[in-house]
Amino acid sequence: MKPTLMKAPPNRATWRSSDVPTALLYLTPALLGFAVFYAWPLFRGVQISLTDWNLLSPAEWIGAANYQKLFTDPLFWNALKVTAIYVVVNIGSQMILGLGIAVLMQRLRIGTGTQSAILLPWLIPNVTVAIVTLFMLDPNVGFVNEVLDYIGASTHSFYGNSDLAIYTIALVNTWRNMGYTALLFYAGIQTISPDLYEAAALDGASGWRSFWSITLPMLRPITALILVVSMIGSFQIFDTVSVATDGGPGNATRVIYFYIYQKSFEELNMGYGAAMAVVLFALIFTFSLLQLRALRATESDVN
Amino acid sequence: MKFKKTAALLSAAVLLVGCSTGGSGGGESGDDVTLTYSLWDENQLPAYQSCTDAFTEKTGIKVEITQSAWDDYWQNITTDLVTGTAPDVITDHVQYYPELADNGQLLDISSYVEADGIDLDQYTGGLADLWVKDGARYGLPQDWDTVALVYNVAAAEAAGYTADDFANLTWNPTDGGTFGKAIAHMSIDKNGVRGDEPGFDKNNVQTYGWTLETGGGVVGQSQWSWSALSTGFEYLDKNPFGTKYQLDDQRLIDTLTWWQNQIAAGYVVPREQAGQLGLVPEMEQNIGAMVSDGSWRITTWAESTAQEFAFAPLPEGPEGRVTIINGLAPSITASTKHPDEAWQLVKFIGSTECQNLVADTGVVFPAITSAAERSDEVRTSKGIDAQVFLDEALAEGGTAYYPITLHATEVNNEAQAVIDEIQELKVTPAEALPALNDRINAILEG
Repeated sequence: MKPTLMKAPPNRATWRSSDVPTALLYLTPALLGFAVFYAWPLFRGVQISLTDWNLLSPAEWIGAANYQKLFTDPLFWNALKVTAIYVVVNIGSQMILGLGIAVLMQRLRIGTGTQSAILLPWLIPNVTVAIVTLFMLDPNVGFVNEVLDYIGASTHSFYGNSDLAIYTIALVNTWRNMGYTALLFYAGIQTISPDLYEAAALDGASGWRSFWSITLPMLRPITALILVVSMIGSFQIFDTVSVATDGGPGNATRVIYFYIYQKSFEELNMGYGAAMAVVLFALIFTFSLLQLRALRATESDVN
Repeated sequence: MKFKKTAALLSAAVLLVGCSTGGSGGGESGDDVTLTYSLWDENQLPAYQSCTDAFTEKTGIKVEITQSAWDDYWQNITTDLVTGTAPDVITDHVQYYPELADNGQLLDISSYVEADGIDLDQYTGGLADLWVKDGARYGLPQDWDTVALVYNVAAAEAAGYTADDFANLTWNPTDGGTFGKAIAHMSIDKNGVRGDEPGFDKNNVQTYGWTLETGGGVVGQSQWSWSALSTGFEYLDKNPFGTKYQLDDQRLIDTLTWWQNQIAAGYVVPREQAGQLGLVPEMEQNIGAMVSDGSWRITTWAESTAQEFAFAPLPEGPEGRVTIINGLAPSITASTKHPDEAWQLVKFIGSTECQNLVADTGVVFPAITSAAERSDEVRTSKGIDAQVFLDEALAEGGTAYYPITLHATEVNNEAQAVIDEIQELKVTPAEALPALNDRINAILEG
């Protein structure tokens, strides 16, 4: 990774021109896909956000009015706040639990059967998870509350109480995703040379110490990757909310994607929905860049 | 449930990429016309199937019915309208038709109505007037619904109430009247202490006197509308198509404050316990003993095997007994290729012939009064006494209309969040309703 290695060979121009057609040929499917599925929808999204389009009547250009409205809309800011709580709780718990499971998987040298079992929840669609937990956590007939009641603990309406609902959704999705996160961490741990642990053990380091001083720093690149990927996914929380709470009670679980959906497809305010989507895009983009920067994603601590 | 929501979202998202061609299927003009007709209530599907069968026999025009549940219905209609594949005739609701009409998606049928000399006075409760916007008519009433009390017969007997007691309940927002006493008395805690007895433990209630149905938006049609309306409160400055909501009205504030006090006292199923499973399980599991509900759910209550339920008229408020009367109507979509045939179908649905067929199934009150009475006889023959809904509909001055405005979905979403918070005891109606009213009126101003 030294800059000198990046210097182009002197005869670069000649091989380049002969390779261009072939390179383009190989790149075409990807470029086409990018143009059709990413660039064009993004362009259209921005375009729609500058109109008052309501799906049913022709759109009219209204300039930045949707963006102005957005800054004074308390529900938009509420949606961002609720989404932020969700992301922090979901990503935080998912990273910690995932890493814990990965370390255990390595320590206990468990078999493929158990490893697959840990991954199992990740194979269930979000919607199914939401429906199943909706019944399991129901205040009247739910299994979880039956158990809580039986052991004498107080019962709760996990999805129906506005103080608990967003945390419930975040943790339910943590349960679903943590196996996958663990697997990624586990793969990362496999790349750490056993020599390091051996050396540390010879120096008298405890297991705890080598976790903090070897495992964690060495996992920095994989951590950055997991963080960025799952944060983007986490921001997009929609299905659990749609199935389990419909954004309620009150505004307690009206996350940004659900709010955009309601504005666009229930209230037929496409222009406003698009404006929020554009702002969300800008936000996620910035966050991802900052994260990659902050975690210096390409290098681990112990180089 | 809501899986189809996601599907609708996906299909609508495709539109963002910019394809909007196509046209509705169906045959060419002439004898071989097939109309498409959509509705959401699966309980009513057999009724309207027999109706359209009779229509086909009479006119030779075939009808294809599509049914999708309420949760998906309107998004499907919207998507279909945008892609040009909408049904020729849709079952319409007053919450949605103004928006569709305003965007030029519905056909004005007033000239047809005039040419064919349809008697608009034959429909119960003046409901035909609700389907006129800016002088254009978008539907002929097919049915109506009112709200009445539903109670658990065993719980009522145990509390010492007879059917007569329930028929004469009174209510006011100050002390709750005999109705307020009834829901307190019918609440029982885990030790068997009743809500109006000393030592009632409101944190450990076995059965609540009143059941909470979540939702209802700005209207609270089946939930609380009757209590607010019985104080003389009116939703809008003018209905239909008023320009301002009046949610800052002291009478509404008093009404919802009274309800909030009942929740706090442990006489109403708490908002969070009402859960997402809906009203019917709450009543069937005897979590709540009494509730107000719309006539569209008569069969559910009457045919319940879990409990025995009976119907009673709404309590009489300071300004009398008032129920919302509302109804559905078939509308013709503007994109139809067969407007004349579609009108034939709408006309038939609005006729005595079809409405008598609907009456014979007993699932709903048809719009024409004679057919509604006939449906009541059908229910009586099945041992179901739901006469109170009909009595309320015909009572002089005892009905009010559902508030009809543009942007109704947006208004309802805004209001629902506040109603939730009131029911959760997080805000008081006195502070929340005026603020909500300002926001809603800003939406109506556009």
